[in-house]
Order: sequence, then C-alpha cells, then structure tokens
Amino acid sequence: MSENRTLMMQGNVAVAEGAIDAGCRFFAGYPITPSSEIAEHLSRRLPEMGGKFLQMEDEIGAMGAVIGGSLGGVKSLTATSGPGFSLKQENIGYASIAEVPVVIINVMRGGPSTGLPTLPSQGDVMQARWGTHGDHPIIVLTPAGVRETYDMTIRAFNMSEKYRVPVVILLDEIIGHVYEKVTLPPPHTIETIERKKPDEPLEKFRAYRADESMIPPMPAFGDGYRFHVTGLVHDETGFPTNNTQKIEEMLLRINGKLDHYRDEIVEVEEHIEEGSQIGLVTYGSSARSSRNAMRMAKEQGIPVSMLRLKTIWPFATEEILAFAKKHKYLIVPELNLGQVKHEVEHAAACHSEIFGVNKISGDPIPPTDIFNKIKELS
Amino acid sequence: MSLHYEIRLSGAGGQGLILVGKILAEAAAIYDEKNATQSQSYGPEARGGASRSEVIISDGDIDYPKATNLDLLLAMTQEAMDKYSGDVKSGGIIVADSEFVHNKPEGDFTVYSFPITQVAENEIGKKLVANIVALGAIEHLSGIISEDALLSAIRARVPKGTEDINIRAFKAGQALVQK
Repeated sequence: MSENRTLMMQGNVAVAEGAIDAGCRFFAGYPITPSSEIAEHLSRRLPEMGGKFLQMEDEIGAMGAVIGGSLGGVKSLTATSGPGFSLKQENIGYASIAEVPVVIINVMRGGPSTGLPTLPSQGDVMQARWGTHGDHPIIVLTPAGVRETYDMTIRAFNMSEKYRVPVVILLDEIIGHVYEKVTLPPPHTIETIERKKPDEPLEKFRAYRADESMIPPMPAFGDGYRFHVTGLVHDETGFPTNNTQKIEEMLLRINGKLDHYRDEIVEVEEHIEEGSQIGLVTYGSSARSSRNAMRMAKEQGIPVSMLRLKTIWPFATEEILAFAKKHKYLIVPELNLGQVKHEVEHAAACHSEIFGVNKISGDPIPPTDIFNKIKELS
Repeated sequence: MSLHYEIRLSGAGGQGLILVGKILAEAAAIYDEKNATQSQSYGPEARGGASRSEVIISDGDIDYPKATNLDLLLAMTQEAMDKYSGDVKSGGIIVADSEFVHNKPEGDFTVYSFPITQVAENEIGKKLVANIVALGAIEHLSGIISEDALLSAIRARVPKGTEDINIRAFKAGQALVQK
C-alpha cells in the first residue's frame, strides 16, 4: 500500500497495526478483556507478514516469551490487562536489568484483582512505574485516541530499540475499544529504529560494555557473538558480580540512561488559553473528557489551559512545574483515586493548588464533573 | 450550528447492537465523509446482560466519545428504556421494540414503537437481523446518514453471504416508519 489509508479503526487494532508497521514480528500473550482484540488481530496479521503469533499458557510465560523473541533479534510485543499486568511484573524487571527491548500493552480495566473486566480505569499508573521491584528504568506512554495509539506503538518500539528498555503503553478500556476515523500514513514513510548491533571482532565483544551513549550494542542470539543474559546484577561480561563498584556502575547506567535521554523521551501537549488561572493536567481517556470541559468553560467565558501527558513515565516534572507557575489552580482528572495528582503536587512544588476529579465506578469521567470543578474555582 | 448527533443503541447482549453502532459510524465517517466515533459498554457475560453501543456523528473533532445528551435512543428492552430515556434531549427521538418495551416514558421527545424483532422473525425469517431492521428505522427517522452510505457499510460489515438478507432487513425497517 502506498496511499494513505482512511478507515474506522479500534484502539486495540491500532496497537496491532502500529506494531506491524514498527517492524514487530512476534507476539506472545494470553487473551484478556479488554485487550483481547490485539491478540485476535495479530493472530491473523502476523502470519501474513511472515511473523509469529504465540498464545502462551499464561501472562508470565507470555512475558518470558517476548523477552526470548527479542533476544532472538525480533521486535516483540505482548498485550494484557490489569490481572495479567500484575503477573508480568517479575519478567518486566528481568527485561529492565537485562536491557531487552520489549513493548508491553496494558489496556487498563477496573481493579484491584479481576475487578471490572469490561469497564475503564486508569488505576495502573503507579504499577506501570513501580510494579516490579528495585530501582529500574521503564518508559510508559498514555495515548488519548486511536491515531495516537498507532503512532505511540511505533514510538514505543523505536524507544525500546534505541534505549534497550521495556516500554509500556497504558491504554484504558475507552481508548482500547473506541472506533474512530483514522488516516494512517503509507507504511514506507514510517520511521523505524533498529537496535544498534556490535561491530567488533567476536573475541573482543563484551555484552554489556557501553560507550558514552550509555547503551551497549546488542547482537541477536545466533549472530555469532557469545553472551550471557541474567536477572542478576552483572558486569560488562554479562556474568553476575558482587563487586560493589561494578554493581553501582551498572545500576547507575541502566537507570541513568533514561535521565540522559529524558528530553527526547518525555512528550507533552500544552494548550494555553490567555488569561487562564486554571489548568488541567491530564492523560489518556481523561484528556478527552478534559478537552470537552475546556470547551464548555470557554463557551462560558472561562479560559482554561491544558497540559496533556503523552509520556507519563519518566514524569514530566519540569513541564508541570512551568505549567504550575502559570496557574493558580490545577485540576487532575483521572479514573483512579489520585495517582497522578500526587505526582503533580510534587512537581508543582506549591506553585498552584491542586485538585482531583476522580471516578472509580467504571464510568468514564463526565466532562460536566470537570466543568463543575472549573466553575467552582473560577 | 455545526453538526453533532448522539445515538445510543441499548438492549441486551447478543442483540447485535455493537455491530449496528459500527455500521452507523462507518457509514457516517467513511461513506458520508463526516467524523464519527463508536464506543461500547457491556458486562462480563458472553450473552445476555445489558449492552450499549454509542455513536457520535459530527462535522468536527469529537472530544468525548461517550453520548450524554441523546438525539436518538434505540431501546430494545424495557430495562434499557427505563434506564436511558432520561438522557434523551428535548425534541429527541426514541425507537423502541414494541415486543419488549411496554411502558413508554413521558417526556419532551417522540417515541416510535415498532415490532422490530417480530418483523425480523416473520418477514425476514431470522430473528437475528432485528438489529438491522432497527437500523432501517433509525435511518428513516434520523435522516442523519444517507441511505447509500448505510447500505455500503452494511455490505462491508455483515458476514459474507448474509448481505442480501441484511439488506432486506434494512428495507423492512425503513418500511416500518413509512407505514
């Protein structure tokens, strides 16, 4: 296909098509509502593209399988929802420490536990950052529409390949299931990034030796380079170490690489209304409710600005601080009890007063709830 | 005033309401070249339970993909009618299946009650196409999407080999309104 493709597309299908256009050729997963359409779609599409689809015995196995797929040199994806995301956490830690590029989709539903299988939530924001134990690097993205889900899936693969980190995309049931009209770019115009491969002689190769880029080149199993992969803290040979200096070096490097590239990872969308005293800090499907509330406020002559977090981890601390300095009040609407609000309070450093608009009933946030808060503050 | 039209299709799981939502949205967005979104809400049951599908049709951007102020409500069960008639805006339209909805709400809207499922069963010979009969009635009452667009979307969306029976169901739905 060389033409632009205009069609009605579901958010979950946008993940699947984005993954294919990013060059993903391996999916392993275990179906779970509201993410199942991703697996369903890829079970048909991947074989057509010469890729492989694998339904595993559970989510733990699926996460292990995509790590294996990626070590084999193939861009790999898994998709799940709340309970499955909990199960994947152990192996997400493994991907973080072993620096294996993988993309994980979590279409958030109401929790905890099996919770609300068919209803939306944004309750996994903190889990996406801290669900696996230990200080670890991870990137988390929060799309707010179908086209953006497609674009962010490609971006997720590109970042995971470039920085050798697991990248999580947090959709919620609304964004995963909504059908919207999208126009996708011709596949050949899409920019994809491939992991850097080593070019040194086989005998000189050290699997975890990084140059100033902080990111070691990564051969695929079978390329001829011998290397060892472990979840234990390791030195540049890839074998475990108890040398305190090497431990610190390694952990500072894998965590520090995201600080180093922070400015190209963190993406926000800012919309400033002149004279606004109130700002909305928002993400995912709540951004849709927020945009509507902003419009309602504007019609009543109340200017309201908006900062939308497209990358939610690493957190947009600098951007939020700058936004907070311009606003007396910040409102953080979310489908949880205030997970991002707490982070915004921290980032805003007392420059504005912060309020939440929260919903955990399985309903989306009605724009009028946000609008009422705006009216109360204006 | 720019176009902004909200439709909620409500009833029980298995009545095909999500498919009708997809057909409506695709007809509006792809064949009529407007903007549209379709979203859904359903329970954890494989069939039965309450099901709801929503379509917003607009000529601009659609911020919030859920319907809150309905121009048209399709109620295929009494439960759906009781629960959602209050969300219909003044001057709006309600289409109800007379076989399942006996108590009609009072309000500043027009209720059209048709034997949708009976027509599917008796005239078309397949209860399963009641959703498409309802779509025919919606086409005629709302006037928001062109007939050609809907026919194209039906052909594209229904299972292969069932196009003719679905088109007949659609026409039967239109005829219900004309009667």
